[in-house]
Amino acid sequence: MKSPLLKKILLPLIGVVMLGGFAWVVTQQGPMAATKITVTLVTKQAISASVFGIGTVEARYNYRIGPTAAGRVKQVLVDVGDSVQAGQTLAVMDAVDLDARIQAAGWAAERATASIATAAATLKLAQTENRRTTSLVARALVSQSSADTSQQQAAIAQAALEVAKKEQQRLQAEQQALRQQQASLTLTAPVAGMITSRDAEPGTTLVAGQAVLTLADPQSYWVKARIDQSQALGLQAGQTASITLRSAPHQVLSGKLVRIEPLSDSVTEERIVGIAFTPVPAALSSGELAEVTLQTGQKADALVIPNAAIQQQAGQPGVWKINPDNSPQFTPVQTGIHSLDGQVEILSGLQADDTIVVYTSKALRADSKVKVVEQL
Amino acid sequence: MISLAARDIAHSWSKYVFTGIGLGLLIGVTLSMAGIFRGMVDDAQVLLRNSQADVWVVQKDTQGPYAESSSLPDDVYRSILGMPGVQQAANVTYFTMQVQHQGKDIRVMVVGFKPGQPGAPPSLVAGRHVTRSHYEAVADVKAGFKLGEKIRIRRNEYTIVGLSQRTVSSGGDPMVFIPLADAQAAQFQKDNDAIVSGRERTAANPAFNRPNVPGLLEAVQMSQTTSHNVNAVLVQVRPGWDAAQVAADIQRWKHLQAYTYADMEEISVKKLIATSAKQIGLFLVILTIVSTAIVSFIIYTMTLGKIREIAVLKLIGTRNSTIAWMILQESIGLGLVGFIIGKTVSTLWAPAFPKYVLLLPLDAVLGLLVIVVVCTLASVMAIRAALKVDPAEAIGG
Repeated sequence: MKSPLLKKILLPLIGVVMLGGFAWVVTQQGPMAATKITVTLVTKQAISASVFGIGTVEARYNYRIGPTAAGRVKQVLVDVGDSVQAGQTLAVMDAVDLDARIQAAGWAAERATASIATAAATLKLAQTENRRTTSLVARALVSQSSADTSQQQAAIAQAALEVAKKEQQRLQAEQQALRQQQASLTLTAPVAGMITSRDAEPGTTLVAGQAVLTLADPQSYWVKARIDQSQALGLQAGQTASITLRSAPHQVLSGKLVRIEPLSDSVTEERIVGIAFTPVPAALSSGELAEVTLQTGQKADALVIPNAAIQQQAGQPGVWKINPDNSPQFTPVQTGIHSLDGQVEILSGLQADDTIVVYTSKALRADSKVKVVEQL
Repeated sequence: MISLAARDIAHSWSKYVFTGIGLGLLIGVTLSMAGIFRGMVDDAQVLLRNSQADVWVVQKDTQGPYAESSSLPDDVYRSILGMPGVQQAANVTYFTMQVQHQGKDIRVMVVGFKPGQPGAPPSLVAGRHVTRSHYEAVADVKAGFKLGEKIRIRRNEYTIVGLSQRTVSSGGDPMVFIPLADAQAAQFQKDNDAIVSGRERTAANPAFNRPNVPGLLEAVQMSQTTSHNVNAVLVQVRPGWDAAQVAADIQRWKHLQAYTYADMEEISVKKLIATSAKQIGLFLVILTIVSTAIVSFIIYTMTLGKIREIAVLKLIGTRNSTIAWMILQESIGLGLVGFIIGKTVSTLWAPAFPKYVLLLPLDAVLGLLVIVVVCTLASVMAIRAALKVDPAEAIGG
């Protein structure tokens, strides 16, 4: 039928391949297979702690410029993006009847001046009459009663003159107030800066305090960033920061932590910090998303392991240490600095040059058989 | 004594081997089917195991967060932390979405987690854990992403910093873990056009856009774009406390739904995947029946094919027990060959399946027992036929 040689070689060969495959499957693939792990040594090296947050670019100071009293916008002289100087006229409110009221106040003041003249003339006559009556009383030619009367007339005339003078001052002050109100209708820039929004157009009626324009100083742009409270430990004003804008994801800008707000956001559980650009780049856009990385501290000589090695068991962090007999053992650890590149400082639980498990093909147990590989 | 079975097999070994291979492939398919069924159940359970939670707190009267949608304010966890017996409580969000990877859509479950808390990826196979509180992600290897790649979820790009294994949803979709705050924003975030048109719609509403109340419109618009909801709070119970008791307390005093691990398993395995698991289970049963039938028919017909040789054996005075032993040996041998090949191939092709195939040793042992029993039964039928053969057929036929 077939050559005995073929039979002698092929049949055992098929058997061997089959059994070999089965043995490989049972020992290498099934639950009896060793768990593949990768290991690393605990090393002593420098580690830097940094925190990461996101924020928005905004002006540190925003000047919302509007009228002090309700009124109508007459003119808006600048537009969004215009650079303005301190004191420059930005917008004018409509005076409506203010000019007429100033004129009326002026006339009233003039009328008061005339009243003063009248009062002065009356006083003069009353004083002359009083002097005359006084001399006649001394010679007993008139009654004491008419002397008293003329004395009182003089005093009244004196008071009337005072009233007229004060009335004139009051009217002058009123006119002055109206003039000042007229001046405040011209909205001027309090500082040099750039117009960031134009909120009202000529003809719009505004309530007191509503803004016509918003002015910001481009030199005051900073990043208002939010840092998760869980990472906020170690923040200090003056720490250096690197800022990445969403529009330029590959460009790192330098900055400095200048303010840590004393109030946290209790809803989002974040600290709010202000980071100034050093120096402020040109053409920033307020409201742009920015990523901020702050250097909060560093240690030159710390026990360091990768954070992937840390496992939680019963709510406690620890690592799987490989004993000299190649058996894994869970060792609780205390961690210190977590660096952003995934390194963790070990405060206690491990020594330098301990071998620890980083990645595992499946969850380890103390009685797991392990096989160390380069990569999973 | 020479083994009759060995001699017979050696004589027609090619037939024997090919029958064994055919049988083996059939057994392989059956074992794979069992593996698919087990994998499906395991997918539902691994989701729970990976959460590392003892109690799931979800919206009242829902079976969330996996089987139904559930929404909770994100400050609920603080009041749960104050409950007796609670060691850790962490917010978590889940939502399923399509992400783009190299021009292809992949269905993933995006998980928002707090680092170091329940719900975080349990262990990695490459890379590192998330260290930044935004825009970093850990993805399951099944999603196909490599370390350093960018993944776009809604409006933002996330850098893949770590890879995990066996982190899938109950439907088998790979998970992508992103920081909770990002996930909260992403889950409820609309696209930019929708946001802009929403703002215009609000501005057109005179109730919100009142000229004498400056700032009202902006405040209303701000309130529309923020989200402070999560899908569930995962709770770890202090050692020594009964999870069921803690869950009952939360349910009673916080007016939320709380499920223990056993409850969640009930929901995930018995409710969420019930129909599809039954489907696969029934098919597995049918496949097992069909396979046993085919195995017994193959052995029966193989014996019948040798009826002439058996007649010759009888003619030369071979004892019946020797013939029966030969047939039984061949039959069980064929079964073993089939099992070995079947187990091997099912293990080899298991990783090629898109969903998880879990080959349990127990299933293999059960399969082996079934095969031995079936082969024995089939050989009994064959032996009866062989023993009834008339030795005269050897010369007459």
